[in-house]
Amino acid sequence: MRYLPLSPDDRAGMLAKIGVDHIDALFADIPSDRLLNHLPKLPLHKGEIDVERLMGRMASRNVSASSVPFFVGAGAYKHHVPATVDHLIQRSEFLTSYTPYQPEIAQGTLHYLFEFQTQVAALTGMDVANASMYDGSTGCGEAVLMAHRITKRNRAILSGGLHPHYADVVRTLSAMAEAECVTLAPDVLGHEDILSHIDSSVSCVVVQTPDFFGNLRDLRAIADKCHSNGALLIAVFTEVMSLGLITPPGEMGADIVVGEGQSIGNALNFGGPYVGLFATKSQYVRQMPGRLCGETVDADGTRGFVLTLSTREQHIRRDKATSNICTNSGLCTLAFTIHMSLLGQAGLKRVAEINHANAVMLADELNAIKGVSVLNQSFFNEFAVRLPGNAGHIVEQLAARHIMAGVPVSRLLPDAGLDDVLLVANTEVNSDDDRQAFVDALKEVL
Amino acid sequence: MLNRQGRPTTPGDALQSDHPTFTGNKALSQIEPLIFETGRLETTGVDYEAPKPFVARLGGFERKSEIGLPGLSEPEAMRHYVRLSQKNYGIDTGLFPLGSCTMKHNPRLNEKIARMPGFSDVHPLQPVATVQGALEVMHTLSHWLLELTGMDAVALSPKAGAHGELCGMMAIKAAIAAKGEAATRNVVLVPESAHGTNPATAALIHFVVKPVPVREDGTVDPAVVASLAGPDTAAIMLTNPNTCGLFEKDVVAIADVIHAAGGYFYADGANFNAIVGKARPGDLGVDAMHINLHKTFSTPHGGGGPGAGPVVLSELLAPFAPVPFVRHTEDGFELVESEAEAANHGAHAFGRMTAFHGQMGMYVRALSYMLSHGADGLRQASEDAVLNANYVRACLADLMSLPFGNRPCMHEVLFDDAWLKDTGVTTLDFAKAMIDEGYHPMTVYFPLVVHGAMLIEPTESESRVSLDLFIATLRDLAMAVKRGETERFTGAPYHAPVRRMDETRAARSPILKYTPPEPILQAAE
Amino acid sequence: MGETKYTKDHEYIRVEGDVAIVGISDYAQSQLGDVVFVELPKLGKALSKGDEAAVVESVKAASEVYAPVSGEVTEINSGLEAQPGTINEDPEGSGWFMKVKLADPSELAGLMNEADYKAYLASIH
Repeated sequence: MRYLPLSPDDRAGMLAKIGVDHIDALFADIPSDRLLNHLPKLPLHKGEIDVERLMGRMASRNVSASSVPFFVGAGAYKHHVPATVDHLIQRSEFLTSYTPYQPEIAQGTLHYLFEFQTQVAALTGMDVANASMYDGSTGCGEAVLMAHRITKRNRAILSGGLHPHYADVVRTLSAMAEAECVTLAPDVLGHEDILSHIDSSVSCVVVQTPDFFGNLRDLRAIADKCHSNGALLIAVFTEVMSLGLITPPGEMGADIVVGEGQSIGNALNFGGPYVGLFATKSQYVRQMPGRLCGETVDADGTRGFVLTLSTREQHIRRDKATSNICTNSGLCTLAFTIHMSLLGQAGLKRVAEINHANAVMLADELNAIKGVSVLNQSFFNEFAVRLPGNAGHIVEQLAARHIMAGVPVSRLLPDAGLDDVLLVANTEVNSDDDRQAFVDALKEVL
Repeated sequence: MLNRQGRPTTPGDALQSDHPTFTGNKALSQIEPLIFETGRLETTGVDYEAPKPFVARLGGFERKSEIGLPGLSEPEAMRHYVRLSQKNYGIDTGLFPLGSCTMKHNPRLNEKIARMPGFSDVHPLQPVATVQGALEVMHTLSHWLLELTGMDAVALSPKAGAHGELCGMMAIKAAIAAKGEAATRNVVLVPESAHGTNPATAALIHFVVKPVPVREDGTVDPAVVASLAGPDTAAIMLTNPNTCGLFEKDVVAIADVIHAAGGYFYADGANFNAIVGKARPGDLGVDAMHINLHKTFSTPHGGGGPGAGPVVLSELLAPFAPVPFVRHTEDGFELVESEAEAANHGAHAFGRMTAFHGQMGMYVRALSYMLSHGADGLRQASEDAVLNANYVRACLADLMSLPFGNRPCMHEVLFDDAWLKDTGVTTLDFAKAMIDEGYHPMTVYFPLVVHGAMLIEPTESESRVSLDLFIATLRDLAMAVKRGETERFTGAPYHAPVRRMDETRAARSPILKYTPPEPILQAAE
Repeated sequence: MGETKYTKDHEYIRVEGDVAIVGISDYAQSQLGDVVFVELPKLGKALSKGDEAAVVESVKAASEVYAPVSGEVTEINSGLEAQPGTINEDPEGSGWFMKVKLADPSELAGLMNEADYKAYLASIH
């Protein structure tokens, strides 16, 4: 077996040194009637050629985003990632290192985590960011628990524009943590009345912008009402690239900002691994979940970085920790940092503009089709359209024509009565021809 | 005749001593600034054409403030991150005996396969007909995990070990609620040797944590569990093999005690690498166990993630598994994404752990690892992991102290600091001296049940030659301690990219992001 | 200056009139290592004996400080928040945590005096 260096002779010699005559002597603590006396009923080992063939066969049964005009979003987005990013994250010293608990030989990881935290704080307009969460949805759940700790209340209000999976994650966690969670009805137009739900019993309000349906939401009045009632505003985003172009939640009064960072640096990966971004105000840093990297100096006075404020974490605080999180999204964080360093604010703004321009053009062209109407007043790179028919069926018909048209709202909200609404995203990767192909094909199937 | 200028070809009288340099660099060891100190706000390393003129539809939410993040050209970015990588120690650098973390070889075939466009470039919400291969990966991975653990169902979606723990404990809480015992059954027993995530997870979902003392031999005594268990017992969270590197030999009796009390047995599967193909948790009375794909099944640790923590469940807990899950029907693979849909299949899904379907990138790598090893290779890997740890134990037992006696361990061996008493050298000092010798230190000060713990997990990836040099090094260091060469330890590391860090300073006045000095701020405006 | 008494959790209490000064012992600070953070109770808080009164954190450890006696918090050493190192430098002097107005002076009887505490420290080693 190519991954196992020991030879039969090595094994025999080592057993002799240990002083036992059979490997099973080392497994003697396993009750003998529970020790397997046969191999698991699974295939035997295989060489690279066979494994690649088997896995390649499965891969070939999936339609990849780059192979077709692609307009699917709803929380995960197809973007261009510079070749440099994937090359660098595969460097052995990044790929095969552990959480930087020994800072003297992990300055590479710590250094980029410090850069990552700086980038996330700047993008969101917040004071501090942590070293990442698993993804946006789990980060959203953690943000709600954090708000409960700070306000010592346990009632969260979720906007009807919050991504339904995020709302499900928060609802599940809240129910299990015995906290209350009020979810407002799905809100296609972004006109919901959140303010009337905010009173002094509320711990936090969770609002997404751009929301699940693509609308850009004004957070300022919500923040004000939250603050006058002693509650916190949690702002969520699922498309981090939007922050290159739109007012960051930190400038609209958000107390915690949490979102999905996949769009920068990371592939679609069928939903994971992604990278959760989490930022807050300085005064709440000790209530934050997750790892934090901080600057310091070494014994010679040289600048360096360490994990810090660890007493919040499970490995020290155990049942009193701010969260149970241990592993985070290390390598996805690195991919984000490298891609963001390449973009800089100039590149990010440019690519965000292209996204918006492409979405605007597509929205106008779709809106011009008879029976099709774009529902949004404002949006970034994704919007909702009402179709003259079941959106799920139309998506399938277009898929058969090798066009990935978008996400039918009913896939995530089966009972919302929105079966004719389709979410359409257009990013920098689609060409004018791709857009035209979509418009033409949609006309044909309608 | 080409060496006409008489260039020297021997080292001559090169100075032995450390030589300060103008840059502060030491040849390949480079001092690297932050990108914010070298990058320029107007620079970008990615070329995009400006869009044609259009009317924005941002509803008045245009960003007006400067983001304040500089960019780097491609060569600058490449050099910056390559230099940073050179300050890191990875498995590919050398032996990485970090106990409980299973730092085994990460095969690059898995990386290659995970990057096939059919896996990496697929959206989680594409029509199901266009992702049949992805669902097949999930289905096949589930089959392997169930076969290896002897359990009934698997929830793949948890994002890491602690998230898997949360998922398993949520399933337990849901099952308790379904029996109408939510109000009364709320105590979770957690041995003192457990990972910190166990009590943190239980507390997160409002269980009351009751610590279980560990007996003299480092394992849990079923009689003690019996004395703590009762009608309020929701579960026990037991790591097996435990964090002392020992198999809980009374695991079956412990499971019986818990089940008799009406509770569930949660097993922390962090150390599953010791017993794959040798024993199945399902045969030991386990009701739920997470599996760290990034430990046992070799997906890269990546400097702290991403991980993946699928949870296997017993027959009793299977109906409560969260959405989504994959079903195999005559028409192909189907994805059950909502609780209502799950109910149509007779399940009582407790909810959802994460958006989409979990860590697909990790599923692909783990499955590719499993297919490569096969049933025979997986068992051999466990045997080699245990053999290597015991070899280290046998070769160091005369110099270092074993808190539970010189008896066989599983895949990791635990030493304490009794042998360092009155030497002026601490566990931490010893670990830092290992860095100078070119090794990553073992896990130190964990588990908490022994003083000054040193937990060594060599994994199956080490050759005998590599182990022999490691052992010889630790023996030399141990002798140096005994000879009183304390400076070699207390000042270590001397040869790492940086010396010991001032963690007090970092924590007293935290600096958590870069802030430009004032004059540069003004220049940018 | 009154007699200093100690708890098994390594808090000390020094009574001056009907007010008691509470902090952590020199042994406690040496075990914690460099203190980096403290969380003190609010002024006026009514503590019952054994209540969690404060939190003290070093780089690698966090510990609750329990009220050794019942009473109302009349003063806190707010300078510690900016200078937590004072707890390491002078734990039983300028590193005090809070002053408590004794609710029940008889509770003091159950605490150790300095000699007893020294013997207790010796016994746990």
